[in-house]
Amino acid sequence: MIAQPEPKQAVMARRDAIIAGLRKLVPETGVIGDPLRLKPYETDGLSAYRQVPLAVVLPETTEQVAAVMAFCHREGVRVVPRGAGTSLSGGALPMADSVVVGLMRMNRILDIDYADRCAVVQAGVTNIGITQAVQAEGFFYAPDPSSQLACMIGGNVNMNSGGAHCLRYGVTANNLLGLRMVTVDGEILDIGGAHLDAAGYDWLGLMTGSEGMLAVVTEVTVRILRSPEGARAMLAAFKANEIAGACVDAIIGSGIIPVALEFMDRPAIHACEAFAHAGYPLDAEAMLIIEVEGSIAEQDYMLDRIRDICNRFDPVSIKVSQSAEESLAIWKGRKGAFGAVGRISPDYLCMDGTIPTSRLAEVLGRIGEMSAACGLQVANIFHAGDGNLHPLIMFDANDPSSFHKAERFGADILKLCVEVGGCLTGEHGVGVEKRDLMGVQFSEIELEQQRRVKSAFDPQWLLNPSKVFPLKPELPRAA
Amino acid sequence: MSIIAPTDAAGVVAAIRAAHDAATPLAICGNASKSGLLRPVQAANTLSTSGIAGITLYSPQELILAAGPGTRVADLAQAVAAKGQHLISEPPDLSAFYGNATPGTLGGMVATNLSGPRRVMWGATRDHVMGVVAVNGSGEQIHSGGRVLKNVTGLDLCKLLTGSHGTLAVMTEITLKVLPVPERRGTLVLKGLDPARAVAALSCALGSPYAVSGAAHLPAAMATQVPALAWIGDSVTLARIEDFAPAVAYRTERLRAELAEFGAVELLDDAASVAAWAAIRDVTPMVSDPGAVWRVSVRPSAGPAVIAALSQAFDARWFMDWGGGLLWIAGPATAATHQAVIAAAGQGAWTLMRAPESLRAAVPVIPPEAPALARIARKVKAAFDPRSILNPGRMVAGL
Ligand SMILES: Cc1cc2nc3c(=O)[nH]c(=O)nc-3n(C[C@H](O)[C@H](O)[C@H](O)COP(=O)(O)OP(=O)(O)OC[C@H]3O[C@@H](n4cnc5c(N)ncnc54)[C@H](O)[C@@H]3O)c2cc1C
Repeated sequence: MIAQPEPKQAVMARRDAIIAGLRKLVPETGVIGDPLRLKPYETDGLSAYRQVPLAVVLPETTEQVAAVMAFCHREGVRVVPRGAGTSLSGGALPMADSVVVGLMRMNRILDIDYADRCAVVQAGVTNIGITQAVQAEGFFYAPDPSSQLACMIGGNVNMNSGGAHCLRYGVTANNLLGLRMVTVDGEILDIGGAHLDAAGYDWLGLMTGSEGMLAVVTEVTVRILRSPEGARAMLAAFKANEIAGACVDAIIGSGIIPVALEFMDRPAIHACEAFAHAGYPLDAEAMLIIEVEGSIAEQDYMLDRIRDICNRFDPVSIKVSQSAEESLAIWKGRKGAFGAVGRISPDYLCMDGTIPTSRLAEVLGRIGEMSAACGLQVANIFHAGDGNLHPLIMFDANDPSSFHKAERFGADILKLCVEVGGCLTGEHGVGVEKRDLMGVQFSEIELEQQRRVKSAFDPQWLLNPSKVFPLKPELPRAA
Repeated sequence: MSIIAPTDAAGVVAAIRAAHDAATPLAICGNASKSGLLRPVQAANTLSTSGIAGITLYSPQELILAAGPGTRVADLAQAVAAKGQHLISEPPDLSAFYGNATPGTLGGMVATNLSGPRRVMWGATRDHVMGVVAVNGSGEQIHSGGRVLKNVTGLDLCKLLTGSHGTLAVMTEITLKVLPVPERRGTLVLKGLDPARAVAALSCALGSPYAVSGAAHLPAAMATQVPALAWIGDSVTLARIEDFAPAVAYRTERLRAELAEFGAVELLDDAASVAAWAAIRDVTPMVSDPGAVWRVSVRPSAGPAVIAALSQAFDARWFMDWGGGLLWIAGPATAATHQAVIAAAGQGAWTLMRAPESLRAAVPVIPPEAPALARIARKVKAAFDPRSILNPGRMVAGL
């Protein structure tokens, strides 16, 4: 069980009154108090940690969110904002005395402006929902986390989510223009707008990736981009991780920034191939998926140049897609990576550190040694262009010692990431999962600085208080 | 008035501790090349980071560059150019604009978060700050981010410090993402459009699949101030494409066809393209303008209406960047003109970029925040600088 702040007894004791109070603020079906119906909210994408909340409330408007926040603030009740609950770091894990504010009913697209290339959407719109709404006009919303069918833009903002194409298009933070949000005491605030640059402090930047700790986001203004004429992928396989890593350096060093540059090690290749039959080379130690965009002629030009570079690294095989179908086949295995690993192992932890790309081979070598030492298998998937490493650690959840071993192994990998100059998390957030590792990356002075910024928004630490920072005994308890 | 210019972070810590203990404010600057921006700071002492200069890390294959805040932006640009790379947001050199010969520093570039034309496609300076090391107003050293391109560990203080004009902490090292310089540039030019038609044309260009990385419009009077554009003798509307040579050739041809409905389209070659966009970036058309200058960021399609309103209100000189989303406006340095700019900007953001000190001290120079946000801003300021000693009043009076 993960440590949580001490539940406030005063709040627990007033459970019925709090639920009754919430029922006055949102439509009938928008408050859940029945323990059975609370069950789905007890966890998120990190299902090892569970805690049923006090209640769930599902507002439909910003004003309802404001009323709920003002009420909870008055009552001294902790609040956990929630989108789709796909967080892989336990960011949306409730506390026993908390009210979960779920944004899923706020799922409307409010405005699309093609001339100004922006859209205003409610926080509960799914990531893919934005692209679907604009693709008929030839536009798309760039950040594309693998969870994009389910995860919601409010969650993306709060986790600063990335995706396979962020090498070219950036992460969530680089694709936002404005937010409407509700403060912990129920004030509605607008920051940014349809314009590119705000003056004053960069609230938008600070909010992005704040993991539900600063305010509840209810509307998001995103940039939408015109889709490229086309895209095509190639696959290149190599005899060693070092060689594939050197090839990535050579591609980027040559001045080419592909839209995607994904790396898989041998266990990942095997897992994905067994699952997706994508035609991956099983005799390789490492494989790159490289995607470029543009007209057919532009794609050919770039792919030719990249193939020439790959050929200098003694490849096991190279396959350049000749069609959209072949590109899909190349991506199929990578996109199914989680399912593929899930087939080999009933349970796995998806880690998410970032390392300087120059240290890749060394880091994979050391992860291999750790894997052998603790007896747990690991497959590595890597956003090679930007250094974001996803080791998938396989374990058996029915065996508690296996889970603890996996947790320790994961923590050791993240410490290694920091040791070589990287960080604990590239896109999944700290949540509860990496909270106690924050001291590896930050000094106590630095953590205090960040805590003071949280306190500026949320003096009583009512908003998602158990996340990101190591718990402190003196964490404010009663309001 | 004394100037403290430490050569390392420890010197910054010492200076800030002393100021903190004595509760005496410090004016914070790099080379002070942009001291004419925003509000004047009343402080007995000045802390300059100009002495903390030099590149501390450059790994071209990792697209990562770190340097001391005193490093001149021009030196950085040169160092990365030697490896075929560039500073992504095309930061302006405003030394001529501010009428001094002082070269800007990296610290100033990040503290002001000013970006050039490429911002419209590739993001602002704040989008490419990957890490900072800084000293807060209590003299504590803090870092945020790091030397990797993807990092969501903890609150993103890099973004908060970028554009905070030295009011929260003094940066002692900054890490930027850099990118390869595109092989070629090509700029399409439309002549004689009015603002509304120009923004429509630029919207068409920016909404095309050709990755337009610059989209500006200069009325004739402004275009004549730019040697690379003066020969055209009319208003100019510009769309830039930067990419591999074959892609530039292909894309400019396709875009030329798509823009045909807006008139004949000419093409600036690589060299003219570089010169024209450098002038737009550096606000060259307004260098010798005698008036005050505002920078207004609006929804692009709102640009022409803002221009129309301001042209009614006073003798406004102006040009547009970012497809109409960035307006540079010059006019009489009076409170009345300032009010007119604020009224016209509506929901957009505005900054008083250049004006006599008396005006900058008398009016808000950036939009005031809603009361609830202003309360949070004061607490955030106190969270970094409890004694309000770092650049007090630079952005907002009393903060
Ligand atoms: C199979 C799978 C693949 C994934 N792939 C990727 C990937 O490729 N890249 C990536 O970056 N992530 C990935 N993720 C992680 C996850 O999908 C992202 O973090 C996502 O942004 C979470 O969105 P959500 O709506 O599910 O948010 P939730 O999980 O519900 O919440 C996430 C955090 O945001 C807060 N929050 C949510 N909504 C709001 C709001 N409106 N206001 C304030 N706070 C809010 C919550 O309190 C919580 O701290 C993946 C997850 C899964 C399960």
